[in-house]
Amino acid sequence: MELLLQQVLAGLATGAIYASMALAVVMIYQAIDHLNFAQGEMAMFSTFLAWQMLQWGWPYWAAFVVAVALSFLGGIAIERVLFKPIQNAPILSQLAAFIALYGILNSSAGEIWDFTIKSFPTPFGTTPLFGQGLISTHQAGMIAVTLVMLGLLYFFFRGSRLGLAMRAAATNPASARLVGIRVGWMIALGWGMSAAVGAVAGMLIAPVVFLEPNMMLGVLLYGFAGAVLGGLSSPGGAVAGGFAVGIIENLAGTFVPYVGRELKLTIALVLIVAVLMVKPSGVFGRAMVSRV
Amino acid sequence: MKRITRRSILAAAPGAVALAALPARAEKQYGPGVTDTEIKIGNTGPYSGPASSYGTIPKSMAAYYRMINEQGGVNGRKINFISYDDAYTPPKTVEQVRKLVEEDGVLLIAAPLGTPTNSAIHRYLNQKKVPQLFVSTGATKWNDPKHFPWTIGWQPNYQIEGHVYAAYILQHKSDGKVALLYQNDDFGKDYLKGVTDGLGDKAKSMIVLAAPYETTDPTVDSQIIAMKSAGADVFVNTGIPKFAAQAIRKAAEIEWKPLHILSSVGNSVGAALKPAGLVNAKDIVTDFYIKDPTDPQWKDDPGYQQWVAFMDKYYPEGDKTDAGNVYGPSNAATVVQVLKQCGDDLTRENVMSKAASLHDFTVPMLLPGIKINTNPTDFAPIKQIQMARFDGERWQLFGPVISGEVNG
Amino acid sequence: MTSPPKETAALEVALRRETEIGRSAKSLGMRQLAIGAAIVVALVVPFVVKNFVIFQLTLVMVYGLAILGLNLLTGFNGQFSLGHSAFYGIGAYTAAILMDQTDVAYYWTLPCAGALCFVVGFLFGLPALRLQGLYLALATFALATAMPQILKFEPLEPLTGGVQGIAILKPDPPPGVPLDADQWLYYFTLAVLLVMFAGAANLVKSRTGRAIMAIRDHPIAAAAMGINTALYKTLTFGVSAFYTGVAGALGALAIQFVAPDSFTFLLSVSLLVGLVVGGVGSIPGSLIGGVFVLFVPNIAERVSTGLSGAIYGIILLLVIFVMPSGAAGFVRFAAARLGPM
Repeated sequence: MELLLQQVLAGLATGAIYASMALAVVMIYQAIDHLNFAQGEMAMFSTFLAWQMLQWGWPYWAAFVVAVALSFLGGIAIERVLFKPIQNAPILSQLAAFIALYGILNSSAGEIWDFTIKSFPTPFGTTPLFGQGLISTHQAGMIAVTLVMLGLLYFFFRGSRLGLAMRAAATNPASARLVGIRVGWMIALGWGMSAAVGAVAGMLIAPVVFLEPNMMLGVLLYGFAGAVLGGLSSPGGAVAGGFAVGIIENLAGTFVPYVGRELKLTIALVLIVAVLMVKPSGVFGRAMVSRV
Repeated sequence: MKRITRRSILAAAPGAVALAALPARAEKQYGPGVTDTEIKIGNTGPYSGPASSYGTIPKSMAAYYRMINEQGGVNGRKINFISYDDAYTPPKTVEQVRKLVEEDGVLLIAAPLGTPTNSAIHRYLNQKKVPQLFVSTGATKWNDPKHFPWTIGWQPNYQIEGHVYAAYILQHKSDGKVALLYQNDDFGKDYLKGVTDGLGDKAKSMIVLAAPYETTDPTVDSQIIAMKSAGADVFVNTGIPKFAAQAIRKAAEIEWKPLHILSSVGNSVGAALKPAGLVNAKDIVTDFYIKDPTDPQWKDDPGYQQWVAFMDKYYPEGDKTDAGNVYGPSNAATVVQVLKQCGDDLTRENVMSKAASLHDFTVPMLLPGIKINTNPTDFAPIKQIQMARFDGERWQLFGPVISGEVNG
Repeated sequence: MTSPPKETAALEVALRRETEIGRSAKSLGMRQLAIGAAIVVALVVPFVVKNFVIFQLTLVMVYGLAILGLNLLTGFNGQFSLGHSAFYGIGAYTAAILMDQTDVAYYWTLPCAGALCFVVGFLFGLPALRLQGLYLALATFALATAMPQILKFEPLEPLTGGVQGIAILKPDPPPGVPLDADQWLYYFTLAVLLVMFAGAANLVKSRTGRAIMAIRDHPIAAAAMGINTALYKTLTFGVSAFYTGVAGALGALAIQFVAPDSFTFLLSVSLLVGLVVGGVGSIPGSLIGGVFVLFVPNIAERVSTGLSGAIYGIILLLVIFVMPSGAAGFVRFAAARLGPM
C-alpha cells in the first residue's frame, strides 16, 4: 500500500512534466489543428537559450523572462517564415515540415551546446516537500505553475476578446474573416503562445531531467499521449491526461507482474488506446461532429 | 632528358644487377588503401540521432589522427581517417561500412561505435577479411578469435566489470539485497549478465530488483523508489551519465543510502556527479581504466597535461568534461601503434597479426598500472580496472589493479 | 435546376479526375513509355555499377515498397499511420527467424512475412475504425513503440534473439545463374517490386480502389452509397501492412541483420517523410520517396557531419516548399503545363 502511494505521488511529479508539455501541444493544436512534432525541440532550444544567459551571469528571473519572450517571438517568426507559405499544402506535407524543424533544432542545439548533460537551476529549491522526498519543492512548484498557466489560458480564451478571436479563427476561419478577424495573425499568435508555454515547460522540466539536446523526445511523446487521452480540444483535459500518464506508467512499471518493468510504456499506451475506444475524442474532449 | 645510348645502358647494367640482388628489406606489401604516403582507415559513429552524444568519440579520434599526421604520420605515411555517420542504426552502419570497404577501399575499420551497429557488420567484415579493429563498445562477444579472427575489442568488457562488482559485493556485503539499474539494450544487459554470473548461486537470492530504463524515459525516479521499497541495500548503477546522475540524485532525495556501485560508463565527475550533486555522490564506488579528465588529482600528471594540450590544439570545441574525448584519442593511439608495428608490411593480415601481439602497451590517459596486452587467443586488449571511491570531491583510487577474464 | 448536394458533387469530381487520369491515348502511351524505359534502365544498372551501389539501390526499392504500403493506407484511404515501422519490423523478424531457425528457403519468407503482417494489420484496423486523425495517430504510435519493447522482451529471447538481434546470410543465386549475391538479390527485389507495384496500381484502378478513395474523400457519402466502410478500411489496413511487411523481409535479406532498435518510431517518421516527398496518393512516387529516405541523409552528412540533422531538415523544407504535393504532384503539374493535354 505504501509503495502504491509512493508511486502515485512520484507519478504525479513526473506527470507534471508531461502535463506542462501536453498544455503546449494542445495550445498549438487549437491554433492550427495539428500536432507540432518540433514542439519539444522548440522548448529545449528555449531552455538552452536561458541556460546560456545564465552562463553569462544573468540572474534567473531575467533569463527566464527573456527566454519566454524570445520564444514567443521565435514562435511567431517560425510561423510566418516556415508555415504560412505552405498553409495550403496537404496536411501530411505540413507534418513533414514539422519533422524538418525537429531535425534543424535538435542538430543545431547539439552543435552549439554539445551533448553533455547540464544542470539547470530551479527557482523553487529542491528540498523534499513531503512523502519522504517523493515530491520536492521544485516538483510541487512545477505542478503549481502548470495549473496556473492552465488557469490563465482558460480565462484568456473564454474571457478576453483576443482569445475569442483566436478561437474563432481556428474553428471557422472563413466566418472569422467576415467579421474582420485577421486570421493569419491569430494563427501566428497561437504559435507564439504555444512556444512561450513550451519554454516555460522546458525550464521547469530541465532541472528534473537535466538539460541536453535529446531531453524532450520522450517528454513530447508522453505529453502527446496525455493530451490525446484528455482530449485535444480541452486544455484542462490535456493537463489531466498528462498527470494520468505519469501515474499509469509508474504503476504499470511497478505492479504489473513480470512484464511491467520492460513493457511499461507499451502498457500505458495500450491503456490509453483502450480508453480511446470508449471515448474516441479523449476523456474530456468534445466529440467531433462533421456536417454532411 | 638523358639520351639512352648503348653505352649508358651498359653503364647502368651492374647497378641494376646489384639492385636485384638486394635483400627483400626494401620490399613493401600493401593492402587496399595504402600507398607510400597514405593509409586509409574507415570508421562509423553516431553523429546524428538519439545517440549523438557519443559522436564526440570519433570526432576526437579524427583530431588525434590529425595530430599524428602533423607530427609526420606513421612511418612516413599520413593517416586518412574516413568516418561516416550511421545514426546508431544497424542498417545504416551496414551501408556505410560497405561503402568504406567497397568504394573507398580502406585498409581497416577502426573503432566503429556501438554494439548493435557492430553486430550488423561483424559477419560481413570477417567474411571479407577486413580488420574490425578495437571496436568502441564493451560487449563481451568481440573477444572470440576462433570464430571471428578479424574482430578485436578494446575496452574492458561490461561482463568483466560486472564480475568485479559482484566480487566486491560478495566481499563487502555478502548478505546484501542487490538492485540494479540497466539500460534496456545489449550494453545494459551485458552488465546485468556480468553481475548475475559473478554472484553465481547467490544471484537469485541476492538480486531483488533489476530495473531497466529506455533512453526515451524522462526520468528513472520510479525505478529508484521501487528499489528502496524492495529493501535493497546494494545498488549497481550502470546508467549512462544522464540516468546515472538522476539515480544518484533521487536516491539522496528519498534518503536511500545503499552501497552504491557506479559503472565506468556513468562515473565522470563533470558529466555525471556534478549535475547530480557532488555531496550526494559521497561514498560511491566505481571502477576506472582511464583517467577522469574532470578529476583534480590528475592536474599535474604529464599524461593529463599532454591530453589537455592535444585538446586545446586539435579539438578545441570538444568538451573537456566528456570522458568520450579521453576514450577516442586513447583508442586511436592503439591503432597508430599497430600500424607502426606493421612497418612497411601494411596488409590486412599483418594488421591483425600485429593487433594480436601487443605487449604491455600504454597510452598516456590509461590509469597507471594498466597495460594493453593481446595474443592470438586473447582479443581483449584492456582487461584491467581499478576501483575508486568518491570522497565528495574527487575519486580516490584504492586497492590493486584487478584483472578480469571473460571470453565472448 | 437545383445544384447537386455536396457529397455527390465530390464524387463527381473524383470520377472526373479519374477519367482525366484515363486520359488521352497519347499521354497514356507516354506514361507506358516512361515506365518501360525505367524498367530497362533498372535491368541494366547492376552490370554497370559497383556492388555497393547495387546494395543501395536494392534498399531504395525496399523502402519504396514500404512507403507504398503506407501510401495505400494513408494516401489512398486517409487513415493516418505512425506505426508502419512495426509492420516493417514484423516482416523483417519473420524472415530472419525463418531463415535462422528453419530450413525455409528465402523466397518463402516473403509470403509468410506478408501474411502475418496482413493479419496483424487487419486486427489492428478493427479497433482503429473508431479513431480518426490524431487519435488514430496515437494508436499507431503505440504500436510503433510497442514493437521494439516486445522484440527485446526477455521471455521471447529464444525466438527473437533479444537485444542481440539475429544475423542471417544473403541468399545465393540459384546454381547456374552467373550473378553474384548482391546482383541476384537486386533482381529478386526488382521482380517483387514490379509485381507488387502493378498489383497496387490495379487495386487502385478497380472498383475496390475507388471505394477506398471514396472513403478517404467523403466517408459519410460513401457509406450512404452502400460501401461497407468498416470492411474496406480494415482490409486496407491489412493490405497496407502486407506490403510494408514484405518490404521488411526483403530489407532483412539485404542487410543480413535484424535488431530491435532498428525498428523504432523513428523509422515510421522516415517512411512518412518519404511518403510526403514522393507524393501522397502516388504509386510511382513511393519509389521516389525511397530514394529520398536512403540518399538524402548521406548527402546531408557530406555537407556537414555535425549538422547533418539540420541539413536534412533544410533539404526537406526546400522540397516541401518547391513541391508541396510531393514529386508526383510536381510531375503532374509540370506535365499539365508542358505536355499536350
